[in-house]
Amino acid sequence: MDERIVDIDQITYEYNRLDEEGNVEGTTKALKGVSVSAKRGEFITILGANGSGKSTLAKHINALLFPTEGTVTVDGNNTADEDKILEIRQCAGMIFQNPDNQIIGSIVEEDVAFGPENMGVESKEIRDRVDESLKAVGMYEFREASPNKLSGGQKQRVSIAGVLAMHPKCIIMDEPTAMLDPQGRREVIRAARALNDVEGITIILITHYMEEAVYSDRIYVMDSGNVVMEGSPKEIFSKPEELKKHRLTIPQVTQVAIALKEAGLNLPDGILSRKELVAELMKLKECRHPDGLKIRLTDKVRETRNELRD
Amino acid sequence: MLKDITLGQYYRADSVIHRMDARTKIVGTVLYMVSLFIFNNCICYALAAIFLITVMALSKIPPKFMFRGMKSILFLLLFTVFYNIFLGTGTVIVKFWVFQVTYEGIVNAFYMLVRLFMLYVGSSLMTLTTTPNQLTDGLESLFKPLKIFRIPVHEMAMMMSIALRFIPILMEETDRIMKAQIARGADLESRQISKRIKSLIPILVPLFVSAFRRAGDLALAMEARCYHGGDGRTRMKEMKFAGRDVAAWFVIAGYFGAVIFCGIYFKGFTDYLVAELQTGLELIVAFVKGIG
Repeated sequence: MDERIVDIDQITYEYNRLDEEGNVEGTTKALKGVSVSAKRGEFITILGANGSGKSTLAKHINALLFPTEGTVTVDGNNTADEDKILEIRQCAGMIFQNPDNQIIGSIVEEDVAFGPENMGVESKEIRDRVDESLKAVGMYEFREASPNKLSGGQKQRVSIAGVLAMHPKCIIMDEPTAMLDPQGRREVIRAARALNDVEGITIILITHYMEEAVYSDRIYVMDSGNVVMEGSPKEIFSKPEELKKHRLTIPQVTQVAIALKEAGLNLPDGILSRKELVAELMKLKECRHPDGLKIRLTDKVRETRNELRD
Repeated sequence: MLKDITLGQYYRADSVIHRMDARTKIVGTVLYMVSLFIFNNCICYALAAIFLITVMALSKIPPKFMFRGMKSILFLLLFTVFYNIFLGTGTVIVKFWVFQVTYEGIVNAFYMLVRLFMLYVGSSLMTLTTTPNQLTDGLESLFKPLKIFRIPVHEMAMMMSIALRFIPILMEETDRIMKAQIARGADLESRQISKRIKSLIPILVPLFVSAFRRAGDLALAMEARCYHGGDGRTRMKEMKFAGRDVAAWFVIAGYFGAVIFCGIYFKGFTDYLVAELQTGLELIVAFVKGIG
């Protein structure tokens, strides 16, 4: 079996621009020779500013769009093969941005059942899959509720359950947190990470929140239809200048760490989470003042620092 | 303000009628409606009333809840009564201009009133005890044979259930757009009707745009989840006829048979009633004249 579950090879996507009367005005290239791949069980993040082509790319993995040039292979099947489309869509589930516009059922459990129903799974097994998926995202208690009564984060978790019930090997999330509040964002990202850790499902997360990219195995950065950077979170976020060029920033914690370093603290590069920053700060015994003075951190200072951490 | 409107009038309760298969309820309601209209006599209506009251009692729905929506058909009731009393044909009692009051008219007006009333209660009993989803599923299953004539039964049922899902969302959206337009100075509460209609445009246009956008998104999301029409689709909650449905079928068949029997057997009853009314009225008129 191929180690790579998603393999996007040099794809180009063009669409026709129409004027007001519907005549073709010209073509726009949304993707210009993009190559992206994901190994089984990997957590991939695709970062990019608005209009960078990241959503267009996502729709290719689910065979909702087809490349003008190049090939997209999902679990060994080429998306251009029409007989395999349903198989591909089952294998690579997709979560969209707006939670309201992707819930089809008027009851939570009916919505989760929608995918398996389309696949022709037996009634009894659908029931099992629905219960199991709802439990996996922690929405089992809400199975008989109306989606209208749920919060954004809860709705998005129902959408994830809907995809999970199809038993996918890979889930593509197209800015799943863009319309959510911080609480909802945490819920969704936690659910995604749990699926990746526990079930070993490959996750391809598309986002423009840097904080969400921190946990991934690999990051691709896109700008105007090209992949411009690739690497681990540490590699990517240690190049704030380059990111800035592509209209992106670095996580707040990393910004703080860099600022502290410039102010004279002896901190390593590539600090991505609060935990890491605290751990690194704890290791410090002394810091260098910009004027060249060495300041020993006294026990008193360290004590206060401990208190602050708690 | 728009949020208060509840959709469908499902009343949650645990009763035999609630648990019954939607198809039984739909066909039963249709048969009941037919039974109200094929015969024109009091005894059949008495039967229908007994049937209705029994079902109502079984459904555990408080009568108050049932008659709450009555207001909406009040106009229809009044109109029918008016039409039958003043524009009927038969033995004339009073006549002025195009209007004439007849004995037959009065009896007919009474019949129509009873019929419409029972029709309303009967059909709302169905919608009160069946969720909108069960209804669409039931309809889809009942109309399945029409597929031979290439009528897209599954697609229509799917459209109905999606519409039901999106009504509350679009309501909320309308609410939001209305507030946004009021904030921009739109006058939605003008007394002038022409102004009021005009002020609907800035609400409807954004609403339609957003509805289309939602529809596009939804279509994509459905496709992403392997939707490819009704072929080869299974259901999590399969509809099954249970013992209570068989029992219900016997009751409905018995009721329908009884109505047909009474309808034929007491055929002359209406004429008899008209004649009775006529003699009664004539007696009163004679009495009044005598006093005069």
